[in-house]
Amino acid sequence: MTATIWLRALAVAFVAAMLQVVIVSSIVVGGGAPDILLVTVVALGLLRGAIPGAVLGFVGGLVVDVSTLGTLGVTSLVLTLAGFWAGRYGETTRRARRLAPLLAVGSITLLAGVFGFILHYLLDEDVVARHALVTALAPAFVMNLILALPVHRLVRRVVGEELRAEPSAEVEVLV
Amino acid sequence: MPVVPGAGDEIPLETWLHWLAMSRQRGARSAALGLTVRRVPTTIPSRNAGQLRRRLVVGLLVLASLVLISISFRSGETGPLSGVESAGATALRPFAVGLERVAQPFRDGYSWADGLLTAQSEAERLREENRELLQRAIQSEFALQENTYLRAQLNYIDSPRFPADFNPVVAEVTGRPAGAFTQAIVIAAGSSDGVRLNDPVVTADGLVGVVTRVTPSLARVQLLTDESAAASATDLRTDATGIVRHARGTRETLVLDRVRKEDVVRVKDEVVTAGWRAGALSSLFPKGIPIGKVTSVGQTDTDLFQQVQVDPYVDFGALDSVIVLVPTDRR
Repeated sequence: MTATIWLRALAVAFVAAMLQVVIVSSIVVGGGAPDILLVTVVALGLLRGAIPGAVLGFVGGLVVDVSTLGTLGVTSLVLTLAGFWAGRYGETTRRARRLAPLLAVGSITLLAGVFGFILHYLLDEDVVARHALVTALAPAFVMNLILALPVHRLVRRVVGEELRAEPSAEVEVLV
Repeated sequence: MPVVPGAGDEIPLETWLHWLAMSRQRGARSAALGLTVRRVPTTIPSRNAGQLRRRLVVGLLVLASLVLISISFRSGETGPLSGVESAGATALRPFAVGLERVAQPFRDGYSWADGLLTAQSEAERLREENRELLQRAIQSEFALQENTYLRAQLNYIDSPRFPADFNPVVAEVTGRPAGAFTQAIVIAAGSSDGVRLNDPVVTADGLVGVVTRVTPSLARVQLLTDESAAASATDLRTDATGIVRHARGTRETLVLDRVRKEDVVRVKDEVVTAGWRAGALSSLFPKGIPIGKVTSVGQTDTDLFQQVQVDPYVDFGALDSVIVLVPTDRR
């Protein structure tokens, strides 16, 4: 991954984080709001691999935590793991599959929701389980799925896709 | 000759692609030449290095997150990270503001569309709320009026103006005349409360009428404005006596009839009940209950009596509760 690609990916993560903080969080439909940063991080992980996914998730989460003056590291931790898992999923399970973004976003949204809830609970913050895991998570899940394919396409256009020639085999010519 | 990279060597992507292309070509060529092509497993150390690097990076990031969480959570707003966070937020603020400005038209558009979608239900809800509030306001107004009215009644009962030898039975008005021909009200007090036929009924303002029908829980009161109602009355200032009854052709005007021509009655004189007693007989009404004020006095040569019009103090159209005067000796 070249420096240019890194810069582009960082810009994408930064813009997604700011969009999430400024606009998307306030679009509450049915009790929940979409998480465009999570969707973007998943797309970055799928397209560029586990390490970029984790790093960009960490950076995006840090931007969110700083912008919202929240507990530093909480969103970073969730998105680091989200980006890493998405990257591993892409590396191991054929990112070229058409439904890969949908599957990744859907499953990671649920996992991130549960993990985020546990994290906030451990930090002794007032979180209502029913609201966090049902009322807010269900609409967020649907909206993230709706965003998954367009965001994935857009991110692929900006940062491209890692050409991975699996070094799984070597060729030995026996004369 | 076998082509085997050295163990642990980093192989550029271009080289891999080249090898892959070559291997395909060699496959066809070697088949033609009868060569044997055999795939060998990748060298383990290079894969392990990739895994190690991956795990190292994500481990460091997770560790960094946990450290940040710990410091941020423990130190609160005065810790070492608060300054960094504050500076970061300040640095990000222009981006947020810029984005906010860019997004504002879209947000307004969304709000507008959302408002359109929810306007109908919102309007219906507000209409319902408005109706409810109106009802409450009306009820509050009624309660206030009733409170004032009842307080006046209570003051009247406690005042020296309240006739002696009578006990008050305060009763709510539950029914009103159905038409212009019946000047009566129904009150929520009956024989079980001590109310009997011909008991006088008053308010704090003055005389209302007389009980004409009694049930255990209700009573009908004939108003003073009824055609057949009458009460002996006197001019409080001059002691001119007469009979107050309904003035024909009007709804709530009374006349003081049977006032002799030699008696002096003037406009604005106050008319009260006479309360006479003759042996065993006595007036239905106790003495001194206000009835009204004289509004006009006239006489003709042919008439035997003066024509005195009286404006009643009681507003017979707005009676909410009344006081039935029950003689003390009966209870």
